[in-house]
Amino acid sequence: MAKYLLLLHLPKDVDAELSPAEMQAIIQKYSNWRERLSREGRFLGGHKLGADRRVLRRDNGRVSVTDGPYGEAKEVLAGYFLVEADSYEHAVALATAGPHLDRGTVEIREVDH
Amino acid sequence: MMTAVLTRIFGPSNLDLIQDVVQDALVKALEQWPYTGVPRSPGAWLVQAAKHRAIDLLRRRTLLADKAEQLLREWEPSEPPPDDGLGPPAFADDLLSMLFMCCHPAIPREGRVALALRTVAGLSVGEIARAFLAEEATVAQRIVRAKRQIRDQGIAFALPAPGDLPARLGSVLEVLYLWFNEGYLARAGADLVRRDLCEEAIRLVTLLTRHPPTDQPATHALLALLLFQAARFPARIDSEGDLLLLREQDRARWDRRLIHRGFRHLGRSAEGEEASRYHLEAGIAACHAAAASYADTDWAQIVDLYDQLHRQHPTPVVALNRAVALSRLHGPEAGLRALEPLRESPALARYALLPAVLAELWAEAGAPERAAALYRQALRGPCSEPERRYLQRRLARVAG
Repeated sequence: MAKYLLLLHLPKDVDAELSPAEMQAIIQKYSNWRERLSREGRFLGGHKLGADRRVLRRDNGRVSVTDGPYGEAKEVLAGYFLVEADSYEHAVALATAGPHLDRGTVEIREVDH
Repeated sequence: MMTAVLTRIFGPSNLDLIQDVVQDALVKALEQWPYTGVPRSPGAWLVQAAKHRAIDLLRRRTLLADKAEQLLREWEPSEPPPDDGLGPPAFADDLLSMLFMCCHPAIPREGRVALALRTVAGLSVGEIARAFLAEEATVAQRIVRAKRQIRDQGIAFALPAPGDLPARLGSVLEVLYLWFNEGYLARAGADLVRRDLCEEAIRLVTLLTRHPPTDQPATHALLALLLFQAARFPARIDSEGDLLLLREQDRARWDRRLIHRGFRHLGRSAEGEEASRYHLEAGIAACHAAAASYADTDWAQIVDLYDQLHRQHPTPVVALNRAVALSRLHGPEAGLRALEPLRESPALARYALLPAVLAELWAEAGAPERAAALYRQALRGPCSEPERRYLQRRLARVAG
């Protein structure tokens, strides 16, 4: 058993064209997924990330701070789930069972322990 | 639902604003709820989010700044409506008020249905266009015009007076009929059925039967029809997720409880003089529901009902269905003859089913080459993924 971070990426403007009925359907799918994970005791937490970001860099002794959001990037890190799984393969299965892949990509990283 | 409550608060002349804030609230929910979980009262959360956004936007229009303050003071947060079940009377009234407002006689007919599907059912313009077999731009325009009518005529957000309700009911039933059909046929994309739309339509018609002024025979007839059709859901899709036609369905899988409910409402619908289109269509659905198999179906009764229906509503789709029933009774040639006048119909040009039905009949009549040509023609037209797979399977059978 180990902890895995599911980093949920989304294309910019992914929801622009959705109708209210479609959005409600998607919300329901996320809700079902999260509930299933919770019932199995695998959901350890999750947070949405704000749209703004700050990137800090030190160049020649000077710190530069560039503002979000994303400029040229096509994908945005929208949030993360922390889950408990038996293995990478299992974490992959958990992520695949959810609805996020219908909209964006999931990056899976094991949390070292 | 949100739209109805917000229209009561902000008034029908603000429909555009309301639609925008409903969209904004849903996007917010979509962004947050996967991480925070769905709140205990999602409806209330959404209404609050939309209301605050609406007041924000209204504040920016300086003229209405005072009105916004007034609304904030007047708005009494009431018990949030439960999200299953029919909700307390006031809430149910909001939904019905919204429906009836959209169906006001001053609004052109196509505009009523389009507006209701857009604002109450939350369908996109594209989904509505497919339900009407119309162009998206046309539907968009109808909605714009409908909203303008509401604004210009000062149409109130309220249930019509009890005396006027029965007359206005026809439009509302038509909207709910099309709403259900959009879910039942789900012509868009890969989704075969949108059960949520069907269930919502049934819920609303049930609501109408429990509201005395709208508790009319036609309402019961429509409900019977929807229940008979919904009963088939468990049998309509095969193990690969493809559509099964009526004749291919395993009837043991039909939902008997829904069929029983259907017959109960069919009985209630007979307590009057009228034979509305819903009576006739419910009668046809009842014939299917009562038959143990496709072969055992009372096709003579069905043809008779379609004859009556066609007299009332000589639409291409009715004619098509009538021809199919006729072919079951008198053989494929009879069906083909009945379909002759429809070959050039413009409304059916976008309807994958016409060439497919013709193809079936030609195959049965012993002309597989004509059938194959028609299946290819159907495949060139617009169709959903499951329809495409079905047509390709049929083509393989006649061409192979």
